[in-house]
Amino acid sequence: MHAHAFDQYLYRDSFLHRLDPRVKVVGVLALILSNALLPDGSWAAFALVWLALLVANDLSRLGLWFTLRRSFVALPFALVAVSAIFSPNGTPLAEWDLGVVTLVPTNLGVIRFVSILVRSWLSVQMAILLVATTQFPDLIHAFEHLRVPRVLTTTIAFLYRYMFVLTDEVFRLIRAREARSAGLPGKKRGGSVLWRARVTGSMAGQLFLRSYERSERIYNAMIARGYTGHIRTLNPHILTNRDWLVLWAVFVLILVIQMVGWLR
Amino acid sequence: MPIEHETLTNFVLPECDGDVLQMHDLHFAYPDGHVALRGVSLSICEGEKVALVGPNGAGKSTLMLHLNGILKGEGDLTIAGLSITEDHLPVIRAMVGLVFQNPDDQLFSPTVFDDIAFGPLHMGVPEDEVRQRVSDALAAVQMKDFGDRLSHHLSMGQKKRIAIATVLAMRPGILVLDEPSAGLDPRARRLLIELLRQLPITMLVSTHDLRMVQELFPRMIIMDEGQVVADGDTDELMADIALLTAHGLEQP
Repeated sequence: MHAHAFDQYLYRDSFLHRLDPRVKVVGVLALILSNALLPDGSWAAFALVWLALLVANDLSRLGLWFTLRRSFVALPFALVAVSAIFSPNGTPLAEWDLGVVTLVPTNLGVIRFVSILVRSWLSVQMAILLVATTQFPDLIHAFEHLRVPRVLTTTIAFLYRYMFVLTDEVFRLIRAREARSAGLPGKKRGGSVLWRARVTGSMAGQLFLRSYERSERIYNAMIARGYTGHIRTLNPHILTNRDWLVLWAVFVLILVIQMVGWLR
Repeated sequence: MPIEHETLTNFVLPECDGDVLQMHDLHFAYPDGHVALRGVSLSICEGEKVALVGPNGAGKSTLMLHLNGILKGEGDLTIAGLSITEDHLPVIRAMVGLVFQNPDDQLFSPTVFDDIAFGPLHMGVPEDEVRQRVSDALAAVQMKDFGDRLSHHLSMGQKKRIAIATVLAMRPGILVLDEPSAGLDPRARRLLIELLRQLPITMLVSTHDLRMVQELFPRMIIMDEGQVVADGDTDELMADIALLTAHGLEQP
């Protein structure tokens, strides 16, 4: 059994998959920055970004609505911005008396909130597409090329590696408990809440112990095969003319988006 | 067709009348698309001890995970007449004692006692009886004094026996073991074989240990590439060298 929950990379032989990871990383980061810089309520620019995203989806051969379907996982985090609704600037739309405080949603506040929502939603989709079209070692490698400190890239690489070890252990523990979670007809099953909590608690302890021991073994195996602190990949990572072209196209696209956003 | 053998018939098993297990045309594919079972049919009668052999990747473990509803494939599967549905799962899990190949996959509590007591406690067995069952199960696997020990500090052979004790304490109608003798030294293997010989329970045991099969199991099922390729008398199948070779097995 293996945990596929976090392995977002999906193999296709597509234009986006073949693109140099550095171009993809820089392009996505620039586009996310551009999203953040767009003014509130620039709906035309948002629409343009989304159109570009759909085209990118299509180019990745993952399906036109691929990122849309996966984006909802991250949407709850955008709700942090909910307080923007009650911005003091703008015309009040209503007045909600909650006893302790009075909340006044304003028209500008609502526009700001929706804009934040749209921006983060677009940015999340871009990141999803990046991870889905780039293998993780290539991604790390790209970061190293872009002069991200090695301590950071190594930490991220290990985090990624051990995430699977950890989730695998969780699945195995849960499966073991499941297999013996039996009941008899006419008897209350499951035991008391306190007992169940104790079992879960000791399972968490077991999880720590086992993944610790297992990661130790994995690390030894890595050292035994000459691991020195960075992950290698067979991808040649040579920037071709096509890669440069795409990079320039992304910057032109960003310029256009910003112009549409600011020149109204 | 189940084959009748001279097995231990003087034991009356709880809650099982007639066939303990009936499987007809079971298919299963893993989420990544790998097809593990391609139409498996077999049935097991009360008191039978059956060996399931075949090369790695034949689908033996996948088949076993179906028997208490951890995996759900397409096809008919009944345990003591009960189909595998959400409603029946608790009873089926009480009836099918599944022991995983790797005891580390089986044991999840800090102490041996906690692990063996988990099944009975979850079933709502009263505390006194739980204690009794734990000490019975420990006695059955000849590890009486190990109740307070920490599971993850035991040896492989000890862990395997504790894993068996965790399901014995649930008084299952059928014991399903996945490669119980793998990775054991000769003495631990001998202890295990004697233990399996003495247990008066219906058994389905997957293994690569054909000498153990010859010694313990009157009936043998050979699986390969997700299908049952032979099912019958162990001595007869063992004599068919061509059959064994064709499915990556060696005559002991």
